[in-house]
Amino acid sequence: MFRPSNHLLNKEIKEKKFKNLLSTITFFLFLPALIIIFWLFVKGYSALSWDFLLMDPIQGMTAGGIFPTIVGTFWLVIISVLVACPMGVIAAIYLSEYAKDNKLTRVIRLAILNLAGVPSIVHALFGLGAFVLFMKMGTSILAASLTLAVMNLPVIITSTLESLKAVPHSYREASWNVGASKLQTIRYIVLPNSLPGILTGVVFSVGRSAGETAAILFTGVAFYLPFLPKSVFDQCMALSMHLFTISTQVVGVPDAYPFATALVLILLILSVNSIAVGLRSYFRMKRKW
Amino acid sequence: MNKKIEIKNLTVNYGNKDVIHNLYLDIFQNEVLAIIGPANSGKSSLLRSLNRMMDFHPTAKVSGDIKLDGESIYLDEDSTFLRRRIGMVSPLPVGLPMSIRENVLYAPKMAGCKDQGELDFIMEDCLKKAALWDEVKDRLDGLATKLSGGQQQRLTIARALSHHPEVLCLDEFSIAIDPVTTMKIEAVLHELKKNMTIVMVTNVINQAKRLGDRTAMMLHGSIIDLDSNDRLFNGHVKDTRTKEYIEGLFG
Repeated sequence: MFRPSNHLLNKEIKEKKFKNLLSTITFFLFLPALIIIFWLFVKGYSALSWDFLLMDPIQGMTAGGIFPTIVGTFWLVIISVLVACPMGVIAAIYLSEYAKDNKLTRVIRLAILNLAGVPSIVHALFGLGAFVLFMKMGTSILAASLTLAVMNLPVIITSTLESLKAVPHSYREASWNVGASKLQTIRYIVLPNSLPGILTGVVFSVGRSAGETAAILFTGVAFYLPFLPKSVFDQCMALSMHLFTISTQVVGVPDAYPFATALVLILLILSVNSIAVGLRSYFRMKRKW
Repeated sequence: MNKKIEIKNLTVNYGNKDVIHNLYLDIFQNEVLAIIGPANSGKSSLLRSLNRMMDFHPTAKVSGDIKLDGESIYLDEDSTFLRRRIGMVSPLPVGLPMSIRENVLYAPKMAGCKDQGELDFIMEDCLKKAALWDEVKDRLDGLATKLSGGQQQRLTIARALSHHPEVLCLDEFSIAIDPVTTMKIEAVLHELKKNMTIVMVTNVINQAKRLGDRTAMMLHGSIIDLDSNDRLFNGHVKDTRTKEYIEGLFG
């Protein structure tokens, strides 16, 4: 019979130890997220109610609900994604499928990577200068959304580029070989197979937009507004900004309010993310290589 | 005989690595031209130049001229239509990540064919020609990527036939296919020769002998020998290296 040598046994023990180490580290990464959500629940649960979600803030934001902020965040996120998503995906397709690898495109790629590292407050100042003042949009939902879009563009471009690159080159060649044009190849081969990755980038940017405070601070978000925005040229309130306001700027806010607001913000982002995860696995299931 | 393809002074290089130098070659209508030669002699590059796949290679440079039916293939800036006239089977089987049906019908659909009856006919016809029909007829909507390597290779052949090419280029089409099935496909190729021109690169010298009307021997980016099979395989060679390669002494 085969008996494992000491050397083999040792290897097995090492293997097990290493595996345990990896799983422990992974668990610790997961822990903060759990603790944060748990803590927000504990502290903010008492304030959560339909009234809290669906009422306007009243009595100088010390009572009432957060409805306008949810609506505002919704508009900001939707418009910024609607702008950034097509632009980012188109730019990524150009860079990955059409652009030749020369100095210019390398500079563009570098610029995109650097743009992703620019602090959001700098984006905010850019938005203030470009959209609010130069394009005369005023502080408005539109200006704030566009600022968010600019901020999210590099994220979407980079993730789209990565997922386009992940489609094997042989698929493109097979498609070209049978006389499909470049555009047809992109439409029927490249895009369907990179969709899950592209979606991930877009959703990541949705989460970033929803939580972003600095970029919208000067460009379109109001401290307090007694009415809902009627057009994209109105200002609005936003969850993230509201959280900042009621935590630090207003006296007499019930303790549970900031926590409940943060909880709503996080649950909103989580639900968007889980929709995306669902979509991704749906597309993955449909096409697999 | 009619010249289907005329290659004049073709030179191909990748960066500064020359793979084909000043190559002249005429390919006649309805013939099977086999191209043999050791690895790295430029056989595949030659095939890929025929349907301008080189256009997509970032560092490849092609000079010289290739004429199809007397007309330069470089006349049209867009090479899409050229590729519809030339079927290409690459050595590595690639099942596109869609169903078997969609794989075979991809080319006709991209060319704008919408007639369901015609599409059904093309699918069955091409899969039969590629000797794959019997194995997949019950799972046409299954994923092509789940097929075995050999089946995917035959799927590639079916796909190459699906757009009714005038010239069929086969680059080592049988490396993943068993001998019995290979024979079936060879019989089909023999049949297909009646209405198309076939250029095949092969590492199996007997395949060149069986299928080819003429055989070209390539070495270091040049054709060192080209003659009808009757002559070439009976010792009438211009270059002794051809004889050695055929006899298995070198390469």
